[in-house]
Amino acid sequence: MKPKKESTLELIVRKKTSYLMMLPYLIFFFAFTILPVILSVVLSFTDYDMVQKPLFIGFENYLQMFLNDEYFIVAFKNTLIFAIVVGPLSYIICFLIAWMINELKPLMRAVVTALFYIPTIVGAAGWSVWKLFFSSDEYGFVNGILMHWGILNQPIGWLSDEKYIMPVLIVVQLWMSMGISFLTFIAGFQNVDRTLYEAGMMDGIKNRFQELWYITIPSMANQMIFGAVMQIVACFTVADVSVQLAGLPSTGYAGETIVTHIMDYGNLRYEFGYACAMAVLLVFMMQYFKKLTSWLIGKMGH
Amino acid sequence: MSLSLKRKKHMGIDQRRSKFGNAIVVLIIVLLGLFMAFPLYYTFIQSIKPSEELFLFPPKLYILRPTLDSYQELFQLMSNLWVPFSRYLFNSLLITVAGTFFHVLLAGMAAYPLAKHEFPGKDFTFAVILLGLMFVGQVTFLPTFIIISKLGMLNTYWAYLCPTIGTSLGLFLMKQFIEQIPDALIEAARIDGANEWRIYFKIIAPNVKPAILTVIIFQFVNIWNGLSKEVVYDEQLKAVKIALDQVSASSLYARMGAGMAGSVLLMLPPIILFVILQRNVVETMTFAGMKE
Repeated sequence: MKPKKESTLELIVRKKTSYLMMLPYLIFFFAFTILPVILSVVLSFTDYDMVQKPLFIGFENYLQMFLNDEYFIVAFKNTLIFAIVVGPLSYIICFLIAWMINELKPLMRAVVTALFYIPTIVGAAGWSVWKLFFSSDEYGFVNGILMHWGILNQPIGWLSDEKYIMPVLIVVQLWMSMGISFLTFIAGFQNVDRTLYEAGMMDGIKNRFQELWYITIPSMANQMIFGAVMQIVACFTVADVSVQLAGLPSTGYAGETIVTHIMDYGNLRYEFGYACAMAVLLVFMMQYFKKLTSWLIGKMGH
Repeated sequence: MSLSLKRKKHMGIDQRRSKFGNAIVVLIIVLLGLFMAFPLYYTFIQSIKPSEELFLFPPKLYILRPTLDSYQELFQLMSNLWVPFSRYLFNSLLITVAGTFFHVLLAGMAAYPLAKHEFPGKDFTFAVILLGLMFVGQVTFLPTFIIISKLGMLNTYWAYLCPTIGTSLGLFLMKQFIEQIPDALIEAARIDGANEWRIYFKIIAPNVKPAILTVIIFQFVNIWNGLSKEVVYDEQLKAVKIALDQVSASSLYARMGAGMAGSVLLMLPPIILFVILQRNVVETMTFAGMKE
């Protein structure tokens, strides 16, 4: 006897335990991760201040960003600097360091891993020391040392002078962004099949760079994509560093990023519609960069 | 004979690593290591300098007379706060422990069917969860604020707790890890008559311990460092970090030593947790690969 083909509905009923197990998490996931994004998209087409009813205004918010808000252009440019300069730099440094320490003894490897990861987890507590390094009088570490060596005559306002805000933020962001992608690479390198290296030697691989390019990178591509996603999220959402070190708003908006601009319009000016439009744009930018990076990683070593 | 042959083979691999190359590698690691370690070191020495050494010119990298004065001053400042410091500490610990616990419990329970069951809508669900990796708090905080206020959760512990339970990263890591558990183990339990819930709690959960410990670290660090002040404005409900921010922000110079002491205290819990659990983290990240 031929068994009757099961309909999708029957299949869903039979698999109800699977759905029930996911349900509690999915409720929270939907309400606090997905719904906010849906709400952002909807509100981005409105004028909304949380008091009066949202007023539909079409694409006006999106046009305002690029046509009528000079500080958004600064924020956009700064965010791209973090994404295009700091992100890849941090990613490549993480990758190379993880590669270099892979051959160290386990204890040394653990020490170096901790050293590179700890700045990421102390984040908030670390800001006060950077404030002290770059403070504007001669008690600030950087000013103190440069003046002592005779390089500077006058202390520099590292965090209040438009010229220096971004470079300082880049250094600090670099310091605290090694975290998760570094751990991922450490794990990735340890997991590469050793016999591939032996086989590679037979095939005429001459030095460690060829080994890295033709064997290691292709075999840990999936880890590299995960590391890239984490790095992209970190770079595109840089905000706390800027707010904590340079203030909100920073002098002449020099340290403004898209997220600090969202804070400015959302928390201080109550222009929720406009702020949401910026958030939506940011999500699209991150998605695009993720696609681009995965494509690049897929190309490597082939 | 065979021994020397073996050694020769081993040498073959080593020969590709030249002495010069090794020296450069060591130099780079040391330089970058100094860059990573220096701010941490400086925070620590500033916190144990006596006040006359804090303001020496030029700034010194060593201490002549270490003291715990700054810590004493910090606790004095704390005891003068309107809300006792122990209350902030209690809030932080409660939210961190509860948030981490519920996230691990619920996300782990959802990760099991996503990793091991076949059902309609599975791929779609997981794709949306992956997308959620990018919907972080910095991007969604405004609509989240609206949702929390509409649910009447503003100014309660729930305002901190609920958003942390529904994040993606922990679920992703646990799902990837569960996929490595052999199907035979699960089948055997099914034959013995265990239902799926029992399988999850008796077989899956104990076997994904490294992943769970890793998620605990990530969650702990996020919650410990990042509870936003917007959703909770009652001083009684605020977290340690916000209290310390207020102390160190109020006047950086007069209280510099105390501020640094506060930083050291705030840094310690995540560092200790990471050092203890490091091996589990590396093991978990092995499976964190993401296909395109």
